[in-house]
Amino acid sequence: MTSSKEALAHPASSADAAPGDQPGAAGRAHGRGTPPPGSSSWRSRLYRWDMKASPYAFIAPFFIVFGAFSLIPLLYTAWYSLHNVQLANLDGQTWAGLDNYQNLLSSDFFWNALWNTFTIGVISTVPQLLMAIGLAHLLNYKLRGSTVWRVVMLTPYATSVAAATLVFVLLYSWDGGMINWLLEFVGIDPVNWRESDWGSQFAVSSIVIWRWTGYNALIYLAAMQAIPADLYESAAIDGANRWQQFIHVTIPQLRPTILFTVVVSTIGATQLFGEPLLFGGVSGSKGGSEHQYQTLGLYMYDQGWIIGNLGKASAIAWSMFLILLIVAVIQLLVSRRLRKSQ
Amino acid sequence: MRTSTRGSRRLMTLAVAAALTTGLLAGCAEDSDDGSSGEGGGNGGGGKTTLTIGTFGVFGYKQAGLYDEYMKLNPDITIKENVTTRTDVYWPKTLTRLQAGSGTDDIQAIEVGNITEAVQTQADKFVDLGKEADKSQWLDWKNAQATTKDGKLIGLGTDIGPMAICYRKDLFEKAGLETDRAKLAEQWKGDWGKYVDLGKDYMKKAPSGTKFVDSASSVYNAALGGEVERYYDKDGNVVWDKSAGVKKAWNVAMEVATSDMSAKLKQFDKPWDQGYANGTFATVACPAWMIGYIQEKSGDAGKGKWDVAAAPTAANWGGSFVGVPTASKNQKEAIKLAKWLTAPEQQAKVFAKQASFPSTPSAYSGLKPATATQAYFSDAPITEIFSASAETIPTQYLGAKDQPIGTAITDIGILQVEQKGKSADEGWDAATAEIKDVLGQ
Repeated sequence: MTSSKEALAHPASSADAAPGDQPGAAGRAHGRGTPPPGSSSWRSRLYRWDMKASPYAFIAPFFIVFGAFSLIPLLYTAWYSLHNVQLANLDGQTWAGLDNYQNLLSSDFFWNALWNTFTIGVISTVPQLLMAIGLAHLLNYKLRGSTVWRVVMLTPYATSVAAATLVFVLLYSWDGGMINWLLEFVGIDPVNWRESDWGSQFAVSSIVIWRWTGYNALIYLAAMQAIPADLYESAAIDGANRWQQFIHVTIPQLRPTILFTVVVSTIGATQLFGEPLLFGGVSGSKGGSEHQYQTLGLYMYDQGWIIGNLGKASAIAWSMFLILLIVAVIQLLVSRRLRKSQ
Repeated sequence: MRTSTRGSRRLMTLAVAAALTTGLLAGCAEDSDDGSSGEGGGNGGGGKTTLTIGTFGVFGYKQAGLYDEYMKLNPDITIKENVTTRTDVYWPKTLTRLQAGSGTDDIQAIEVGNITEAVQTQADKFVDLGKEADKSQWLDWKNAQATTKDGKLIGLGTDIGPMAICYRKDLFEKAGLETDRAKLAEQWKGDWGKYVDLGKDYMKKAPSGTKFVDSASSVYNAALGGEVERYYDKDGNVVWDKSAGVKKAWNVAMEVATSDMSAKLKQFDKPWDQGYANGTFATVACPAWMIGYIQEKSGDAGKGKWDVAAAPTAANWGGSFVGVPTASKNQKEAIKLAKWLTAPEQQAKVFAKQASFPSTPSAYSGLKPATATQAYFSDAPITEIFSASAETIPTQYLGAKDQPIGTAITDIGILQVEQKGKSADEGWDAATAEIKDVLGQ
């Protein structure tokens, strides 16, 4: 037993910081093998390390991966945003200070993209969440085959952006698309969905709404099912009809969930990229001939990968990050307010 | 005392965590090392050498069976093609890999829109193929595009895009126009303006639901393809706003955009494909590579209805190069393959299959389009028409940002006029603002 104890002790002491209660003693060759006073056997020491160290070891992979693929790129992007970097000459970067940011602030394209991101975000998020609540309320009734309905709700979310958008592109095609065909049927002039200002934004939003409504509805449904039934019972006894129950019981109970979906949707809307890019087809990163649906994400992609101006693209990326931070702060304040008012 | 203990514990946990994860990562790295050496390390071990070739879109090598043929000739070689269909995804990826010096394929294709950027900024990342291949095989202007100032040839020419006009004979007939290809070519010879004039005639009696041309942008690209001066002068200065060539092409495009003769489609979009299938436009500026595209998209319905006539001016639109990155681990074999793939005989084979036009004049005499292609285009002498254009195309000055500048003019400027009803001046101003943004001015 003693020999194996010795053998075990060796690799441990080779790690410079031996974890005894007396770290100084562990370093000395003399102290090896003799357990420090007050501590019990080697086995129990090992057990204690295990208790302390293992959790760190288990969570470490995430943080290592997070560092490698999120934190380092984030910081590197910040570094790039202060330089003049061209895609074709990555090593030839020159210090630019805040030029890239100043450039952005004076660029019409940036403000246009910011405004578009906002408007598309609003016209996609608001109807989406309203519809999701409505749908969730309907699904919350006793329905035959409720699982089927719920699965169907989730299928748009499971569809890939690319596939969904390509179908929508065909639907919105101004020459022979189904939507213009329907419009013509009721006597409305066909709309050039891709090139008109509001038409294109509406089209992009509809793709987002289509994809995410079911997802949000399921979240609301889960929250609704957690609302105690006796609340409804007592409301019913008080004479509240279905609609009044929905307004006065369901909605207040859903508040934290609504806030959560608003946060998630806002983040999604700020980063909106795939739908408008694919909706635009060839050279989709321009977001239409007047940039009428170019979001910040598209503008960043256009600057970085099409034009090759990585410094400016990095500055856009950081601006998006800062905007999201501001949004997060606002939402934090709002949620605090909500909690107080409850 | 307590703090130091805690500190040492923290260090220990960190060490454990680090050891664990580096162990994991090292495991991964070893695995992938093994994998690639098993594949590519055949040089010493008597196994096969795998050559990778990175392309965008359809190059026709595979379709023409060139890889299989080469592998049969060289049993110790395996060829793997990595296709990235979109150029705007392919090129940034290739640029970053070239500069990182890893991850590149043994052979990388380069589009003509990117060749000047490659020549100016990536020349040291490519093998000088001028020393390896007989340069006289290629058209001079093709070589010139891939040659650096100090004479280094970074890519071998593959196909080029000599221009013709593809037109629907049946629609022309219904509109009461001339249908003979030689007479048509005579009518618009030398001037794209005459081609537009014919479009006005077409629109007077146009069969219902049809337009003369697919888009104003395609006319712009076709007209610009014959101009010596484009966006840059010969010293590499940006002159797009003063360029005579741009002005000429822009004016022609504006005539198309502001009249009713365009189907207002965006090239390579789905609706454009449908336009081919439904026969909604009567003509399209037709670089050689478009021949295969038309056949595919128009399908059986268009068979025998299409014809080809010489374009108003000899022009080039598109074409590619293949280069060998210095980062390639199998440089010698890669150079051999690149030379073989771009040799006149192989280019002729690709033409026979895909109608991509050779950049090597010695191939021209032996060119034979597939019989199906000939039948499809009313037995037009495709080979002669494109060869005649190819040999008279002027050497153009290209620049590093040719591609994004061109996109700004067509997809911002022209599109605003064509699809949003803006005036030509407004379109030009919008393109100007866009190009300034592109150039960082």
